[in-house]
Amino acid sequence: MLAKRIIPCLDVDHGRVKKGVNFVNLTDVGDPVAIAAAYEKQGADELVFLDITATNEKRPAIVDTIEQVASQVFMPLTVGGGIHTVDDMQRLLKAGADKVAVNSAAVRDPQLITAGAEKFGSQCVVLAIDSKWDDATKRYQVYVNGGRQATDLDVIEWAKQGVAAGAGELLVTSMDKDGTKTGFDLPLYQQLTQAVNVPIIASGGCGQVSHFTDVFAQTDVDAALAASVFHFGELTIPAVKQALKRNGVTVR
Amino acid sequence: MIVIIDYDTGNTRNVKKALDYLNIDNVLSADSEVINQADGLILPGVGAFKKAVDALNERQLIPVIQAAAKSGMPMLGICLGMQLLFDRSFEFGETAGLGLIPGEVVAIPDDLGVKVPHMGWDQNQVTQPSVIAKGFDQEATYFVHSYYVKTSEKYTLATCDYGVTLPSIVQKDNVIGMQFHPEKSGQVGLNGLLAFKELVENGNYSRN
Repeated sequence: MLAKRIIPCLDVDHGRVKKGVNFVNLTDVGDPVAIAAAYEKQGADELVFLDITATNEKRPAIVDTIEQVASQVFMPLTVGGGIHTVDDMQRLLKAGADKVAVNSAAVRDPQLITAGAEKFGSQCVVLAIDSKWDDATKRYQVYVNGGRQATDLDVIEWAKQGVAAGAGELLVTSMDKDGTKTGFDLPLYQQLTQAVNVPIIASGGCGQVSHFTDVFAQTDVDAALAASVFHFGELTIPAVKQALKRNGVTVR
Repeated sequence: MIVIIDYDTGNTRNVKKALDYLNIDNVLSADSEVINQADGLILPGVGAFKKAVDALNERQLIPVIQAAAKSGMPMLGICLGMQLLFDRSFEFGETAGLGLIPGEVVAIPDDLGVKVPHMGWDQNQVTQPSVIAKGFDQEATYFVHSYYVKTSEKYTLATCDYGVTLPSIVQKDNVIGMQFHPEKSGQVGLNGLLAFKELVENGNYSRN
């Protein structure tokens, strides 16, 4: 049985992890390689690197970062942020990424998903979606440009369209829950997992161990992503996994 | 020296990074002279079967790999590289493989309540003791594939249950395959690469 995945997410700015990470024994709190290695030791199942320098700058920095991490850390690596072309994907995959996540660029041109999937396989192409509940229309709405700009797209419909275009996995962040530490957006993931048959990574809202057990017990998502709770040591991956195991969730 | 066969497939560099990290002497090459001189071969692979066979054909590597296998050179196929070791695949029509281990490559059924591709960490059960599989029993490794190998139990060293029971490590004499990615499976996977190095060095293929 496939293990449910626990995925720390690192924001990378010009080759440094932004805000740093508070681990014991980590002397350089901004070094992506040291942080990735520490998470590997803790039992992380995968790492997501989000290039936040992105959009307006041409920068090979993230490629170097991935190259370095992939030389020292041997687990699946996903990179998102500022990926606009198949060439961008290729550079990152060559550097050692296993998957690339597209977000705004895919909304502007869904053909990007198809082109990436045809060239590298669907398993390489993750569609990242930022979701916000719209009370007026009673639906989840897709946001782009780092959550700053609303679109007309319905999250569930866009998810289906993205999978049909070739996305092999969805990384869906609930903007309503992100930063609240009140738990994952369970209704969102219940609807999504019914709508598509690719793996889904839940993101946004976790603040305690029970939030992980809830999202795996009450929805059919495959993975849960978190940033600050892991970075600042509020939760540890072994503690989360022990709790999941106690609750009958298969983990590595 | 271990030669990683270089035919423009996705995980080649990551396999090299893992060997470099383990201080295992290795080189990337598609040159038949270099391959013939190798102590061991690694055949990586990601993507579609037919495309990979075409890429090997373009470089005229199929007879070279087959001859190396016949000469007794230790060989490790990884993921699609493992599937290529078998007789044929039914991915997008029928395509002949290297024919080094009897068996064929078929789709993972998607009507068994599992998502396809089989992607993520999944547990191995060792079915036959061996040098290569010893570190994998009840350990999870990282899989990414939509097709799997149907072969005899006698060539199967470890399996993984995913709707069907699929072989995760196979071996016929000097030819070995891993369906998962040892280069992406943490210390457990790295230990598997070290076990292959051990085989390359001492040529002991005994099942114990």
